[in-house]
Amino acid sequence: MKYIDEFRDGELAKNLAASIRAEVAPGRSYSFMEFCGGHTHAISRYGLTDLLPPAVHMVHGPGCPVCVLPIGRVDMAIDLALNHGVILCTYGDTLRIPASDGLSLMKAKARGGDVRMVYSTIDALQIARDNPEREVVFFAIGFETTTPPTAVAIQQAGAEGLRNFSVLCCHVLTPSAISNILESPEVRQWGTVPLDGFIGPAHVSTVIGSRPYEFFAEEYRKPVVIAGFEPLDVMQAILMLVRQVNEGRAEVENEFSRAVSREGNLKAQDRVAEVFELRREFEWRGLSVVPYSALKIRQEYAAFDAEWRFKLDYRSVPDHKACDCGAILRGVKKPQDCKLFGTVCTPENPIGSCMVSSEGACAAHYSYGRYKDMH
Amino acid sequence: MVKRGYVRPLDLKQGRVDLTHGSGGRAMVQLIAELFAKHLGNEYLGQGNDGAVMPAPTVDGRGGRIVMSTDCHVVSPLFFPGGDIGCLSVHGTINDVAVMGATPLYLAAGFVLEEGFPLADLARIVESMAQAAHEAGVPVVTGDTKVVERGKGDGVFITTTGVGVLRDGVELGGNRVRPGDAVIVSGSMGDHGVAIMSKRENLSFDAPIESDTAALHGMIADMLATGADLRCLRDPTRGGLAATLNEIAGQSGVGMMLHEKAIPVKQVVAAACEFLGLDPLYVANEGKLIAICAAADTERVLAAMRAHPLGREAAQIGEAIADDHHFIQLTTSFGGRRVVDWLAGDQLPRIC
Repeated sequence: MKYIDEFRDGELAKNLAASIRAEVAPGRSYSFMEFCGGHTHAISRYGLTDLLPPAVHMVHGPGCPVCVLPIGRVDMAIDLALNHGVILCTYGDTLRIPASDGLSLMKAKARGGDVRMVYSTIDALQIARDNPEREVVFFAIGFETTTPPTAVAIQQAGAEGLRNFSVLCCHVLTPSAISNILESPEVRQWGTVPLDGFIGPAHVSTVIGSRPYEFFAEEYRKPVVIAGFEPLDVMQAILMLVRQVNEGRAEVENEFSRAVSREGNLKAQDRVAEVFELRREFEWRGLSVVPYSALKIRQEYAAFDAEWRFKLDYRSVPDHKACDCGAILRGVKKPQDCKLFGTVCTPENPIGSCMVSSEGACAAHYSYGRYKDMH
Repeated sequence: MVKRGYVRPLDLKQGRVDLTHGSGGRAMVQLIAELFAKHLGNEYLGQGNDGAVMPAPTVDGRGGRIVMSTDCHVVSPLFFPGGDIGCLSVHGTINDVAVMGATPLYLAAGFVLEEGFPLADLARIVESMAQAAHEAGVPVVTGDTKVVERGKGDGVFITTTGVGVLRDGVELGGNRVRPGDAVIVSGSMGDHGVAIMSKRENLSFDAPIESDTAALHGMIADMLATGADLRCLRDPTRGGLAATLNEIAGQSGVGMMLHEKAIPVKQVVAAACEFLGLDPLYVANEGKLIAICAAADTERVLAAMRAHPLGREAAQIGEAIADDHHFIQLTTSFGGRRVVDWLAGDQLPRIC
């Protein structure tokens, strides 16, 4: 496949692995966090850690949209489907997230809720057009990658006068999550999570550009290399990070220059700014309440805001007591450290959200990497 | 003047299934006569009794063992590039009998029709079944039709049951695989599932993706004729290669090591999977065979498969290994290693 196979070439990978081995300083260890679930998935699926020298450690970050969605938000979506009689449109990955009372959107569907999987907001708009007598709600989740399409859908619905369409907005922001991790006591004071640098998001950065990361590089002295989601991208980024650490640099470098510019996609940013504003605070799974870390729909578009329209209240729900998703999302623990991992909590019966999405650290390790725990 | 006993023929252009077609009266008799018997008819179906009477099966003039299998087909959409639910329901059950090493002999078909379903579509489906059964040389000898109210079915559901005969000495099974055995597939993975999904999601690709639906008993007969030590044959349908190999590994108590580079996947299927966020190893096939044989017989089996039109791209993709965990592992073309696990539920596209 053109433009894809080039970035999965095993021979090039061997060369890059050799370069990383040559670059790694003897006696030093390197810990890099890949922020994005997309990178976590690529690392596991291609068995990338097998190619890295033992001194390089990858720490999985919180950048999995499904994983950071708190139970209370999924409860709101289920409430809409079961008690408000709406057609709830959602991206496929959210269907299996465990929520309160042993429910998930999938189970709500089995109980008669009209829950429909869509590939894009365009599908959700079409469902609203086709069912003028029904209320149609789009469950909008994700980082900056999925935010512009939601903004466009709301504006489109406004332009068409689609009065039966609204959005349950749960969009979150990448830079706030990175700050939260860098400010956490594990990283700042106790040093229990050694972090020598970040692999910056691929798709998110095509929208927001590389500029927002400059603050982290400067303020916290942590190198950031923005990388694509293909395995060679990740290898190249690791090499660039090792070099920065060795040379004592802390800069933002862009490995994904084929898609990411410093300024990002200005048109998309404008659309987002027109429709959304900052939420004062938003609860993240794992990071708890993070100020100014999410978006809500502006007053002008309140008619399309499902929270306003259906008078929904957010109720915070604690995670399962023994579930370590929170610590895993902050890089404090590894999936194997959790008591539930692989026993009670499996992809068939996920207890925590990290086991749900294939981007989640637990699901990725369970599905792809378990052979490593054999001995 | 009214013609004696005149019955208006079934309106196969504009007509629709209604509840009378399932009520056991004239309408049902007419549907059976003018559609099912017309296309699927043969000496056994023509007996017209509650069951068909057939001669006891023999192989090489001697009595053999009977193999029986049944499969319900609920595919949506009913018509897809490369096939439809009709031929699929014939191929699927023939394959389930054939992978036991048996010669498929007869099929039974049960139809659940939804009120309002266009008769023209039903006719297309039955014609396609008839053609598939004819090409395979396996007649439909008995059947049943029920009609459910509108909204209680999805157009057409078809259940087919197949009966075959197995020669003494042929022993195939999921529990017979031993470490060292070769794992072979007959061709590219994921064609059927991607053809269905691209139709379902209304995606069109420059190069059309067609279902691989096909009856495999001919190729299997050629493979058995080589006398090679075949351990297990399976057709990797729902859940794809990954689910089928995990099942076999569990039954035999072995692990497997696969090599990503060796697994045939069509360019266009790989691209569609990339686009839809799917892994072709988990996508359904309907005309592909997994064959596991003693390592020493690998070339013989491959040669027999490649000589058959359905096995031209046959390839060894890995081998069974000793592993108490029964993991299916994969060396990636990137140079790493990973597990190819069971899938939890359906494959769901990722968000990022």
